[in-house]
Amino acid sequence: MKPAELNLARYSVRLDSETDFTGWRDAARRLALNEVRPEDISWHVAAGSDQPPCDLPAAPVGAQLVVPRDFIVHAETAFCHSDPTRFAFLYRMLWRLRTEPKLLSIASDPDARRLESMEKAVRRDSHKMHAFVRFRKIGEGADERYVAWFEPDHFIVERNADFFVRRFTGMRWTILTPYASADWDGERLAIGPGAAKGDAPDQDDTEALWRTYFENIFNPARLKVKAMQKEMPKKYWRNLPEASLIPDLIAGADKAAKDMIAKMPTTPAPHHDKVQARHWPKQSVEVPQDEASTISELREAAKGCHRCPLWRDATQTVFGEGPDNAKVIFVGEQPGDQEDLAGKPFVGPAGKVFDAILDDAGVERHKVYVTNAVKHFKFEPRGKRRIHSKPNAGEVQACRWWIDREFALIKPELAVALGATAALSLLGKAIPVTKMRGQVIEREDGLRVFITIHPSFILRIQEPAEKEAERERFLRDMREVKRLMAA
Amino acid sequence: MSALTVREKLAILSDAAKYDASCASSGSAKKDSLKTGGIGSTEGMGICHSYAPDGRCISLLKILLTNFCIYDCSYCINRSSSNVKRARFSIDEVVKLTMDFYRRNYIEGLFLSSGVIRSPDETMGEMVEVARRLRLEEKFSGYIHLKTIPESSAELVEQAGLYADRLSINVELPTDEGVKKLAPEKKPETIRLSMARLRQKMEEKAEPTLRTKKRERFAPGGQSTQMIVGADKTSDDGILHTSARLYGSYHLRRVCYSAFSPIPDSSSSLPLQKPPLMREHRLYQADWLMRFYGFSQPEILAGSDDGMLDLAIDPKLAWALRNRGQFPVDVNRADRESLLRVPGLGTKVVAKILETRRHRRMRLEDVGRICQSIAKLRPFIIAEGWSPGALTDKQGLRDKIMRSCEQLSLF
Repeated sequence: MKPAELNLARYSVRLDSETDFTGWRDAARRLALNEVRPEDISWHVAAGSDQPPCDLPAAPVGAQLVVPRDFIVHAETAFCHSDPTRFAFLYRMLWRLRTEPKLLSIASDPDARRLESMEKAVRRDSHKMHAFVRFRKIGEGADERYVAWFEPDHFIVERNADFFVRRFTGMRWTILTPYASADWDGERLAIGPGAAKGDAPDQDDTEALWRTYFENIFNPARLKVKAMQKEMPKKYWRNLPEASLIPDLIAGADKAAKDMIAKMPTTPAPHHDKVQARHWPKQSVEVPQDEASTISELREAAKGCHRCPLWRDATQTVFGEGPDNAKVIFVGEQPGDQEDLAGKPFVGPAGKVFDAILDDAGVERHKVYVTNAVKHFKFEPRGKRRIHSKPNAGEVQACRWWIDREFALIKPELAVALGATAALSLLGKAIPVTKMRGQVIEREDGLRVFITIHPSFILRIQEPAEKEAERERFLRDMREVKRLMAA
Repeated sequence: MSALTVREKLAILSDAAKYDASCASSGSAKKDSLKTGGIGSTEGMGICHSYAPDGRCISLLKILLTNFCIYDCSYCINRSSSNVKRARFSIDEVVKLTMDFYRRNYIEGLFLSSGVIRSPDETMGEMVEVARRLRLEEKFSGYIHLKTIPESSAELVEQAGLYADRLSINVELPTDEGVKKLAPEKKPETIRLSMARLRQKMEEKAEPTLRTKKRERFAPGGQSTQMIVGADKTSDDGILHTSARLYGSYHLRRVCYSAFSPIPDSSSSLPLQKPPLMREHRLYQADWLMRFYGFSQPEILAGSDDGMLDLAIDPKLAWALRNRGQFPVDVNRADRESLLRVPGLGTKVVAKILETRRHRRMRLEDVGRICQSIAKLRPFIIAEGWSPGALTDKQGLRDKIMRSCEQLSLF
């Protein structure tokens, strides 16, 4: 005889059902507050016990049992486990928690691990229920209902019913299991007694379609039976309409895969030539890059630029923008993250600062031409961000091909080099920008180049007063540019 | 030709979709049908409703609207020169199939892709119409993934984002050269631009509107892409480089790697062999290292001979064996970043270690109890009462770990 039947324990607790967590919680509270040790209690579910109910001691007046709040959540989940010793085990956890409040955080403790693995089993079973319940339709029109038969490992029907309500609100459905059933009539959820498999309909016309899908979505060249069984253990198969196909699919996979490979390339399908002729006429010859005679032709030609490897990682060429008779060309460094997406120069954070300052200085942005020394974004990917990285001399040199043509077509009176890279591109040599800021250098071909910083420099300054001072300096530079333009 | 039944079309158009690896239905915004009184919910985590014998989860009804296609991509069973049987679903048929399957709890939703017939806009328009009907007429709140056609108009893509949980655009192959060679009509430039536009749209819609302060719904599950692995000669390092670029540039939720599969009547320009499934698996693992373990792309394969992932061991273990100078790591002291680099320690186990060690010092057995296998771990950690000594730098360590992991799995 089992010790419980010998009534060795001082207290015997009867729970209303396998899922009577409230009953357990109430009993456990009273017992723990009366210092009743775990070994002095035996736990039963009413249906399976002949034991007379035992009078539980009342909780002492004013006494409070303090347990970590998340224990209740954990215990409620583990309570659904089918292990008959769970009531005693959870009481033991409760008992220990009074003196070891951090117990749940100690992942290596055997009891904490057991609780976790019980919860995991319940959650997994719940997840499988969400996945493997298969409804069958009965009735038509107003009588339409969906009924499923499912065999869970644990006591999870009540716990899962809300999921099905949220998912199938506009449908009348019933899920039958051996120990309980859940029924939704479109407005009200009812939990009822268990049922037998025969109580559920045994077929549904749509199953033929579902089986067709299952058969055809399987790629025999990728057979991985173990991976399948790990996630869809055989115990579930008998209630899954598609599962009966599995043995034949596995048995035939090798041959099917070989057949796929053996089917050698044949002649193209009859309609192929027509499709090709209609949709893919031979490409018209593109304008050669060095024959572009307007800025828009040049921009078009630059789209496919492969003069340096930067095109590989960038989205697109970001070409210069502005009127083709502009008196001044502003040259920046290279497009950034936003510019790369938009395909336009100076639309990102630095561009916004630049625009605002131009506005303050009275320079009309739509009257100037804005471009970059390098026309593809160079970056290092870091997670979901792209960290700007400085173009090297080779990349600047490669892109001068475009800059030179932009200047040749627009013929501006003045160029503004924004930062060191722009200065390098325009002057062909590195110069100390901060030292030469505000100066105008005349190139051999007569082009005047005004030197200043890149507006992104202002963005990078953290200290507000310093930032404001730098903005002021840049504003003075832009006023000077305006004066030079007028001159 | 007599008209095909829905079942015959389903056979053809699901067969046509089976080479596509992606299936995930996770990562969308939570929604259910309580308010609408309709059908369907998404609760963050995707649910796999079945598994095919190829081990792949079946979570969505993954079909093509049609397998007629004007493109001639040599890796694709549906290319215009293929002799495969052709079919075309009507919008009604797709809507009905989706609802019928969903009501019986076979699926989480719909993954709709299509061959391009006549024009990209016409095809995209039909796909959007399927999604619109599901959402508005059927009050369907389940998952919808639309495979966007890069050449279709911006307006259609914007509409697609209103109804779909996730949008995707296939990059097809890891390099532009690969695309040009194997998919001569596809334009890598257009694919990039479409992805860029999607990212911009998602960011724009994620801003609360001025008037209502509410965010508009636009593809809450983000965008994803797929590339075919093994159809061209790109190395794993090259493939991961492309992935890192895609994650960084277009904020993709995920990149799917689809091992090139032999297809019947395949083009003669492709290898006739079984798909390298293990390579696909290792790429997914390496991808995880970038997304969840703080690895930068170049370091995953830095120091390897050929830029290829080791097929016999996982990429983190391979990296650790090449970088033994960074080990052993003390489980009682090391920061999260260093712990995440230890082979065999996943994000969950690391979280548990960090929590547990606040209360007690951890011994090797303690770590063993919360992770799957201590064999992989032992040479790389220091614990209370345990130091690997010379084990970390031992020659033949790789073989030793492999052997002990195999033995464990015999249980």
